[in-house]
Amino acid sequence: MKTRLAFFILLTAFSMRSAMAQAGGELRFCLHSEPKTFNPLMAEDDSSEAIRYLTGGVLVRLNRQTQQLEPELATAWKISDQGKTITFHLRSNLHFSDGTAFTADDVAYTVKQLMDPALHSPVGDEFRAGTGAVQTRVIKKDQVSITFPAPISGMDKLFDQVAILSAQSPKKEMAVLGPYYVADNKAGAYLLLKRNPNYWKHDAAGRQLPYVETVHIDIQQNRDIEMLRLTRGEIDFINSIDPEYYDKVSSTNAAMANDAGVSLDSEQMWFNQVPGSPLSSYKKAWFTSTNFRRAISESINRADLSRIAFRGHARPAVGPISPGNKFWFNSSLQPHPFDQKSALQRLSQDGFRFNDGVLRDRDGHAVEFSIITNAGNKYRERMATMIQQDLSGIGIKVNVVTLDFPSLIERITRTFDYEACILGLMNNDLDPNSQMNVWLSSSDNHQWNPSQKTPATAWEAEIDKIMHAQASSLDLKTRKQLIDRLQEIAWQQEPFIYLVNKNALSAVSPSLRNAHPVVLNPQVYWNIDQLSLGSEIARNR
Amino acid sequence: MKVLRALAVAMLMIVAAASLFPQLITGASYARQFRELPDSPPSRQHWLGTDDLGRDRLSRLLYGTRVSLLLAPAAALLATLLAALIGGIAGFEGGRTEKVVMGATDLFLSLPWLFLLITVRAAMPLNVSPGASVMITFALLGCLGWAGAARVICSAARSVAGADFILLARASGDGGFRLLWRHVLPNLRPIVLAQFWLSVPAFILTEANLGVLGLGVSEPLPSWGSLLKDLGTFDGISASVWQFAPLLLFVLVVSSFHLVLTSEELPA
Repeated sequence: MKTRLAFFILLTAFSMRSAMAQAGGELRFCLHSEPKTFNPLMAEDDSSEAIRYLTGGVLVRLNRQTQQLEPELATAWKISDQGKTITFHLRSNLHFSDGTAFTADDVAYTVKQLMDPALHSPVGDEFRAGTGAVQTRVIKKDQVSITFPAPISGMDKLFDQVAILSAQSPKKEMAVLGPYYVADNKAGAYLLLKRNPNYWKHDAAGRQLPYVETVHIDIQQNRDIEMLRLTRGEIDFINSIDPEYYDKVSSTNAAMANDAGVSLDSEQMWFNQVPGSPLSSYKKAWFTSTNFRRAISESINRADLSRIAFRGHARPAVGPISPGNKFWFNSSLQPHPFDQKSALQRLSQDGFRFNDGVLRDRDGHAVEFSIITNAGNKYRERMATMIQQDLSGIGIKVNVVTLDFPSLIERITRTFDYEACILGLMNNDLDPNSQMNVWLSSSDNHQWNPSQKTPATAWEAEIDKIMHAQASSLDLKTRKQLIDRLQEIAWQQEPFIYLVNKNALSAVSPSLRNAHPVVLNPQVYWNIDQLSLGSEIARNR
Repeated sequence: MKVLRALAVAMLMIVAAASLFPQLITGASYARQFRELPDSPPSRQHWLGTDDLGRDRLSRLLYGTRVSLLLAPAAALLATLLAALIGGIAGFEGGRTEKVVMGATDLFLSLPWLFLLITVRAAMPLNVSPGASVMITFALLGCLGWAGAARVICSAARSVAGADFILLARASGDGGFRLLWRHVLPNLRPIVLAQFWLSVPAFILTEANLGVLGLGVSEPLPSWGSLLKDLGTFDGISASVWQFAPLLLFVLVVSSFHLVLTSEELPA
């Protein structure tokens, strides 16, 4: 009997301890700049997007872990009318943080604001397809349909970014449906978010979420100070850290360091193929040759770039879609191998000759070019220096030039006075449709040869067709096949020589419970309503 | 003071000799990446270890010292000559010439020269070798760094021009270039020399600043700027103190220059 009683007491104590760990407390972390706006439709900078994620209620949410779309304020949705119309069935009896009821009118109001040309919402840009007005129809109190003038591929996923505004609340955008609301904002110093008393989600035990009572966000630009505060236990996580900080955290407290694997971001190099650029004609001929680009690609040791430049926290890149993008990545493709023999064979097909350690083209010009990158980015500078040594192995002389960012942008977008460039692509969107502005030959961001009136090459014409076809297709399987083909062409032609995909690194205090960092942004607090603090931390704050 | 000066001169000579003949100390190339040994601690092969790309730190330090120690004095010489010419003529001529020239000098001084340097550097051709890039960087430093010294020299030249012995020389029939060359310039020598010695560490520091911004000497050529830049991202300071070698050498050399300068100022 005594044993049973002791066991019961122990069990009760354990349950209480567990319950304490789940409740209350203040979660603390840093943003690197203050949010420029609290209007979720106007969020463009990282900090505003972070606040939108923490406070905004959305109709559907992309689960950052499974990369699947999940119902949120909408219980179900249906796309019809050949991809132009989406109909949402909404949860009933929900309220904004200030107590205002949530109805289909709020969705209609939000869409109206989203597409208002006078407001020019950056979030709304994703929905602008074709010409004409967006029609919103409130079918019932809990049902609304939205019709766009033209089909939008992956339309439902785009609603992950659209935080619903209240049409009625006097607090306007400060009335929210997400887990927290902004309670205090000391410009440039900190933000205080408090638990939304009307948040609709509950855990399996029926307790209202989120677990953490308040979120204190300090504005801290200095990453060293942020790191110091984490190690002192003053903040609970750093959402994204670079490889050097990761190693530092790892060496002091391995349990804090988290490598979620390969992210969607890529680092790439490309050659200037602009016909009107001020480059000599023989260099233009080199850079427009597929054999030349493939040879350069095969002469770069991507494994070394990952291991040395990124301290092992990157992976040799394959193409425009990262392996971190589970659905869209073409898994039949592999990174180009480091094979300088094969590279020289390819070059010889174009008349290049490798003699006495110097590579010359068929007219006797020694192969030499410059690579520009932005000054201050040590990872790109390291990659450029490593590529310099790699290419010297096939007799190519590379001059590495670091430029301040405005000068670099001027060269790659206006004067086209450059030969090769290394930059990265920050990719927050899983759907490759977001890369439309890079791949269309007519686009300004078609970096190697932008704003073409007609595609300069057959393969660029094929890519144009693919991008248009996938954008107008509603069949996911067809879209996947098209995007696979895009990746094949990019792999064969290498207008961008993809170098590495960086890993998603973060640092999380062991006192933070239920944290499962992922590769998609926000890496650590994607499940903010599930996070809780250890009982001691919760008690002390 | 004399002992300190002697020590400073000896220090500069040792550093200059080591940087001029680095192959006597280390056989490793400053550019070769030992990729199997990135960030390695000091060893028999690499006395100061290797950097983040696996390059020999000692070799990079010696070659970087050569670059900075050869070219900073060259840039200082260029700047001082320009300053002596502009400031000397303005001070000697006086009147409207001095006003105009010094007005222009003030305007030049008011320019945000670091941004100017970055802008000019960004506008340079891209396909230049690392050697040429270092020459360009220091030539720019020399061309942009004369204004402060010109003001000081102008002031000194003005006082020399009004001195009694100049009046006597004029009365004896000296004038123009002869007066400037034989009587004014010799009396400006200590000031000009002081400006030169002051400029050397200033230009070393400027190149280091540019290097920290990633806009100095281009890879793979090392300079003190690029070597000091590595300390900006330094983690685990206590674990790898040898990484401070460039900083230590930099402080020693700049201090030595200042000690030499102090003794130069004494006769003036």
